[in-house]
Amino acid sequence: MLKAQGALLSSRDATLVIGGRTILDQVNIDVRSGEIVTVIGPNGAGKSTLVRCMLGLQPLTSGKIVRRAKLRVGYVPQRFPLTPNVPLDLRRLLSLTLKPSETEIDQALAETGIGHLKGASVSSLSGGELQRALLARALLRKPEILVLDEPVQAVDFLGETRMYELISAIRKHHGCGILMVSHDLHMVMAESDHVVCLNGHVCCEGGPIKVQQDPEFAKLFGPSAARMIAAYTHHHDHDHESHDHHLHHQDHKH
Amino acid sequence: MLDILAEPFFQRAILAGLGIALVAGPVGCFIVWRRMAYFGETLANSGLFGVGLGLILGVSLTLGAVVVAVATALLLLVLRKQRALATDTLLGILSHTALALGLITVGLVTGAASNNMELLFGDILTVTTTDVMIVWGGAILVLAMLTFLWRDLIAISVHEELARAEGVQVERVELGFILLIALMTAISMKIVGLLLITALLVIPAAAARRLAATPERMAVVAAMIAGLAVLGGLALSATANTISGPSVVLAAGLLFVLTLAKRQTN
Repeated sequence: MLKAQGALLSSRDATLVIGGRTILDQVNIDVRSGEIVTVIGPNGAGKSTLVRCMLGLQPLTSGKIVRRAKLRVGYVPQRFPLTPNVPLDLRRLLSLTLKPSETEIDQALAETGIGHLKGASVSSLSGGELQRALLARALLRKPEILVLDEPVQAVDFLGETRMYELISAIRKHHGCGILMVSHDLHMVMAESDHVVCLNGHVCCEGGPIKVQQDPEFAKLFGPSAARMIAAYTHHHDHDHESHDHHLHHQDHKH
Repeated sequence: MLDILAEPFFQRAILAGLGIALVAGPVGCFIVWRRMAYFGETLANSGLFGVGLGLILGVSLTLGAVVVAVATALLLLVLRKQRALATDTLLGILSHTALALGLITVGLVTGAASNNMELLFGDILTVTTTDVMIVWGGAILVLAMLTFLWRDLIAISVHEELARAEGVQVERVELGFILLIALMTAISMKIVGLLLITALLVIPAAAARRLAATPERMAVVAAMIAGLAVLGGLALSATANTISGPSVVLAAGLLFVLTLAKRQTN
């Protein structure tokens, strides 16, 4: 188990059976400092469940979750039903379970680009604003690892790109590990260090390029998805001067 | 109308009613925030069974109501964990079974044909000095518990799983909250009656929603609206000789309608 060395958060043969149905089957995942690990997979693949298990919110049937001692976790859940019943402004949302200083709040909101909304009522926020607010909330915990479950779900296409840029910037700035669930294949491929393709069990994993060339990946998402991503990453590579070395590697293969 | 203010029975009624209002406001806010109206009603109905058991065993009716309400709440927690049925279905089963058990046990003691209106709808005009003391003692206890649990309860109301991931001891807080509602139910029983407790919890809190921008202010405003409802209801009861519990609830309903005139700002 050399693999687990230096990991902040790992699952070891994580298995979950509910009502006779195997939801997770011996899943092994490691998240290290400064690394973006993305879990992709079809609906019902157990992505969110895996995240909940890794956070300790859902007990496993067998296997275990290994956390570095006193790990500080920032969590952004997949669903955040707006509760217009509870009168809350954004500042208050950020201090529900913490007591951050006003400066810390300002900093976190500035970093996620919603400083102007500090006094806004939470129920008035758009999907994208709320997502940023939750990210700011997670950052206030000074996380060593950020766990993001579908961070772009409620965001439009332009917002999606910005959200991924923000996540990437946060990783650079804070040096934290990021465990992310997504089904947006384009962005995942552009920003992740390690991709885990989940369908109950781990179908395939590795760097983004390796995963999309894996026959298992094509089986799960269809060959057109694989071609589309290849085209995207290629295009993407020419748009930006600095990029993941994996992508250059792919260029040579073409 | 003013003469009646000098009557000790009416003064006791006002004191007891305001004691209930003081807790019904803040507790009701959590009922509204957490969408637990039916839950409150179930506990109230189970309180009647508690009263029945209390009559049969010859123990304090308030004690009986608290014990049965807590037992019902715990049973619900266990059943909910099984996830075999939706929570509202479980509540429907528990609520009405408890009500039936309550009516039958009370009927066994007082005679099947007897009129149990007082238990169902309350009789605030007959409260004794001891009753007033029980109400205020219970109210202070409930408020103390609520203050202690406040931050965690708000976090859970906004997003339970996030609160859990961030270290809130959800089960412990939940248990505390259930005890608190059970206690609240038991002390309100004689004042507004079992069937109307939910109304006094939900209506003032719902009315306060439009008037407050923070959870704390909403709780305070809800308590004030509940207090006004008690005073208004008693005034109605005294002048028009209407049944007291429903008069209080009607006053709360009218206050809610008044708040609709204000546009919700946040």
